[in-house]
Amino acid sequence: MQDLGISVLFQGDNFIRLMGGLWITIRISLISVLFSMIFGVILGIIMMWKNPVTKVITKIYLEFIRIMPQLVLLFLVYFGSAKHFGWDFSGEMASIIVFVFWGTAEMGDLVRGALGSISIHQIESGKALGLTGGQIYWYVLIPQAVKRLIPQAMNLVTRMIKTTSLIVLIGVVEVVKIGQQMIEAARLTQPSAALWIYGVIFFLYFIICYPVSVLAAHLEKKWKD
Amino acid sequence: MGNPVLGIKNLKKKFGDHEVLKDISFSVKKGEVVVVLGPSGCGKSTLLRCINALESIQGGEIFLDREKISGNVKNLHKIRQKIGMVFQSYDLFPHMNVLRNVTLAPEKAQHRPKEEVEKEAEELLHRVGLADKKDAYPRQLSGGQKQRAAIVRALCMHPEVMLFDEVTASLDPEMVREVLDVMLEMAKEGRTMVIVTHEMQFAKAVADRIIFMDQGNIIEEGSPKEFFEHPKTERARQFLNVFEFEA
Repeated sequence: MQDLGISVLFQGDNFIRLMGGLWITIRISLISVLFSMIFGVILGIIMMWKNPVTKVITKIYLEFIRIMPQLVLLFLVYFGSAKHFGWDFSGEMASIIVFVFWGTAEMGDLVRGALGSISIHQIESGKALGLTGGQIYWYVLIPQAVKRLIPQAMNLVTRMIKTTSLIVLIGVVEVVKIGQQMIEAARLTQPSAALWIYGVIFFLYFIICYPVSVLAAHLEKKWKD
Repeated sequence: MGNPVLGIKNLKKKFGDHEVLKDISFSVKKGEVVVVLGPSGCGKSTLLRCINALESIQGGEIFLDREKISGNVKNLHKIRQKIGMVFQSYDLFPHMNVLRNVTLAPEKAQHRPKEEVEKEAEELLHRVGLADKKDAYPRQLSGGQKQRAAIVRALCMHPEVMLFDEVTASLDPEMVREVLDVMLEMAKEGRTMVIVTHEMQFAKAVADRIIFMDQGNIIEEGSPKEFFEHPKTERARQFLNVFEFEA
């Protein structure tokens, strides 16, 4: 039994370190998701404007972010900005910047789609009833937009959480990196540790993302028109 | 019938260079039912939309209870509370049940107490035969039921005048009647109404006065009897002939 790789997890403060790494992952995800949602709503509303200048700028932004692999964006911000502008972001900061840029673009497009799919007649019928602009947004448009938005937004959140595993490549010591360190340290004594540690990490991602997925599926079903 | 509730003076409306309404003047007295007829594209729907400022106007004035309402941008929502409007496409709020659709604006825009509004809404729904549908969502209703609910929604605001914009145009033929009956009932109660419709028999039955429009102008105005039996203009005769052929 001494061979069982899982025991590595309970050597010294390994388990606490792994949880610490998980917390970094969750912290980066939470901050990124929070800002992405806020900026995404603002971007989505801006994308609704008929102004050709804002239309072109937002379009370029969206396409740029979508075409670039997240890893390239991470390298650009972490290494590129240091080399060319002398900005010395920490790995965590660079990660948050990239994820907020990416999440905002995706969220903005979702918000634009949701608002755009609401018929103009809904606004007119609110106006004809004598509701104010704010009341129309609050009681008529936002509830309908949110309803259409939440399943996709939840999907985006899980994608963002999973993609944080890339930031190990710009030196952020998050859950995957700590797992790798533990595997390295135990390489000679417990060769089977890799499978166990990665298995635990898989499970950790699962318990974060699964509730979000379930919630998304639930809301999608509940709000199906 | 009493004083003019709604007055329209020299109303002009353009979409770009296209003049949709050229010089429209008429008034509607309290309790009067005015039906606006005319070929497609003559501007009759635009006229209704101008009255409650869903469209901007390029000239002229609109009065409600002798008070000028056109150009009053600041209190637009207050003015619209006094003008009920029912659209061709019903436009109920899909995320609210029927009762909530009806009570939302009286509660939020007019700040009336919830219990009072709900009581009135239920009475009105009962009168249009929708008492058992108050908890249903719009998607669960037929077109005719949706349109009756939309009428109740406008009615519950206690508007001084009701505007109907081709409210039966997108209904299945067998549902047209149930909506027209509700409107006929309202007319008998003495409500002030301006109706745009293509239902000639209904127009004949409900109207106190017919306004006939073509190409952005009022061509003819008169009692239904005069208009349908002895149209004064060639254009009106042509228009009515088309319907006779169809009938």
